Amino acid sequence: MNKLINRRGFLQGSLVASAAATVSLAKKSEAATFEGYPNAMGVLVDLSRCVGCRSCEAACNKEQNLPAPAKPFNDFSVFDEMQHGQKRRTDETRYTIVNRYDIPGREHPLFRKIQCNHCQEPACLTSCFVNAYTKTPEGAVIYDPDVCVGCRTCMVACPFYIPTFRYSSAFHPRIMKCVFCYDTRLTKGLPPACVESCPQEALTFGRRSDLLDMGKQRIRENPGAYVDHIYGEHEAGGTAWMYISPAPFEQAGFDVTVPKEPILNYVKDFLSIVPMVLTIWPALFAGFHLLATRKDKMEQQKKNENEGEV
Amino acid sequence: MNAFISNKQEIPIASHVKPDGGAWSIKEKLWLGLSRDEYKAQFLRNPVNWALIVIFAVGVPIILQRYLFGLGSITHASNDYPWGLFLGFGLFGMVPLSASGFLLGTTVEIFGRKDFVPIERLALLNGLLGYFFAVVYLEVDLGMPWRLYYPMFVSLGPAAVLFLVAWHVATYLSVQVAEVSSAYFEWIGWLKGKRFIKSIAVGLTISGIILSTLHQGALGALFTYAPAKVHPLWFSANFQWIHFFCSAIFAGLSMVIVASALCKKYMAWRCDRRFLDSVDELTLGLGKGCAYAMITYLVIKLVGVAHDNDWAHLLTGWGQYFLLEIGVAVVLPMFMFAVGVKNRLVGMVRWAALISVLGIVWNRLNTSMICFNWQLYQEIPHWKEVWTTVTIFALYFIVYRFILYRLPILYQWQGEK
Repeated sequence: MNKLINRRGFLQGSLVASAAATVSLAKKSEAATFEGYPNAMGVLVDLSRCVGCRSCEAACNKEQNLPAPAKPFNDFSVFDEMQHGQKRRTDETRYTIVNRYDIPGREHPLFRKIQCNHCQEPACLTSCFVNAYTKTPEGAVIYDPDVCVGCRTCMVACPFYIPTFRYSSAFHPRIMKCVFCYDTRLTKGLPPACVESCPQEALTFGRRSDLLDMGKQRIRENPGAYVDHIYGEHEAGGTAWMYISPAPFEQAGFDVTVPKEPILNYVKDFLSIVPMVLTIWPALFAGFHLLATRKDKMEQQKKNENEGEV
Repeated sequence: MNAFISNKQEIPIASHVKPDGGAWSIKEKLWLGLSRDEYKAQFLRNPVNWALIVIFAVGVPIILQRYLFGLGSITHASNDYPWGLFLGFGLFGMVPLSASGFLLGTTVEIFGRKDFVPIERLALLNGLLGYFFAVVYLEVDLGMPWRLYYPMFVSLGPAAVLFLVAWHVATYLSVQVAEVSSAYFEWIGWLKGKRFIKSIAVGLTISGIILSTLHQGALGALFTYAPAKVHPLWFSANFQWIHFFCSAIFAGLSMVIVASALCKKYMAWRCDRRFLDSVDELTLGLGKGCAYAMITYLVIKLVGVAHDNDWAHLLTGWGQYFLLEIGVAVVLPMFMFAVGVKNRLVGMVRWAALISVLGIVWNRLNTSMICFNWQLYQEIPHWKEVWTTVTIFALYFIVYRFILYRLPILYQWQGEK
């Protein structure tokens, strides 16, 4: 827990003032080894078990008091909906979505549930300039609408296209995203509503480290039944929600180009030059100024001396 | 205006004193020394104003709609493209074009190139207004515009790149207000204020360089949050900030060339001999700077491609589009600048500047919208979003012109300074 604070402390220092950055340089090595909260919870999604019943969508809608959808949750024609050539995605009326993927050569289609993956080092959190996001020790990435300015950088930064914006409101806009049922369930030790509603046990709630073991075990014990990869173990630096799949992940709509390290790592190059510019520029350009105007000054001085003599 | 100037020898106003010995009041200065009827006549005679009226007639209701019914009522409310034209053009496009202030400030105040003084104030004003209107665009785009000050005073997230942009743009705006205020102090005749600004000019300029380096770079660094979304050819984790900063140099200089050319052609009545006589020579000087900045930019663009080993992308359709952008927006104007400066072809340098101004806007739109989500689909903005963007730009134009008509930007104030 302390380690995360130190890491943020380091980055804050490098931005706010160069002095702060030099002091906290020593913490850098520590920050690089941050591996997430030890007791953070997560969910393992087994695509081979999901039948696309949409119970999780319905449970989420009810739990989070979201508006009623245009089509009821037992209407499976939604799987054929396409927008801009894309399957359904999260938006301001739904925090989770199940999509169907017909994979050539497979007898049954695969269904993928999409929701916030609750990253270990969330890009939304690190890109937010008003600290509207928090990664809780329980593993949830939660959002505070009271400080949000509505700049939507988190939506740009999220590699999974999860946060959505309430564009429909002029006076009460906000980010809408899955919060792992943090306040209503997670803090009480309960699994999120979607997990509880799953009739297929496709979703398993537990400590993230245990879920990783469980996923590896399932892959090991059922040779040929799964692709040997847990999506979310390393993606974007590791996520609380993880997936195992019987087919290659890209065929089930996953973005496999998502980096295997925290998004923040890509931003560090810039962050590291900030203290340098702040300290070197003033001296450098003041020096240029003195050099460039030296001749004028000398001439001025000569003139004054001459005038003094006359 | 030209018609009035030939009849009234006391205008354009360039000093506190009327020819008959009385003093101009601030009100008379605001009305340019014209009567209301005369002012109205010159306003209605100008066809540009009619175009502006049409833009506002449609644009103002759309902006009202945005503030009453939400962003979703005038845009496509895309969750895939959170940033549209307001930021793609208004923030990412306007800010590099406004680098002119710190560039000319540095040239004159730091490097002691006093020969650029006649154009310095135009560059400073161009910078100030560009930044100010980037903030106006931001206020249209932000979900909760009334919370603009939150990152400063309410909830601080200093580890985010946008935090740096917010603070630096805010600080730099006040630096620029201070820099331009000396023209205002001359105009209202408050010499104490002007002398104070002069005494801190070097400090202001140096803070301008620091703030500009960092936030021009930071605007680029914002896209390093989306390594999997921006097309690899427009993305470089290591060089993104330096690409944005370096291209802002020729963008800012080109914008001054374009603005000064427009002033010379359409606002000659407001310019004094010093400006008119030196503007061609200064254009060549600025053009030279552009050519150098462009060759530097070209090299680091190439380094960016090489560093990430993106060569294979050059053979795809995206690669051809990338080469088209580099060819039309960088290589072509670069050669025009070089040839124009060498053979003293001021006209060619001005056309090159116009191409590079449009080119930089194109580059920023490519990074923020066109090549963003390159693996998904292309977002075509709602027409109301386009019209709002044009309306804000028209407002920028009006304010720009309003100030140039009055303050001693293009001319030297007569009498005590």
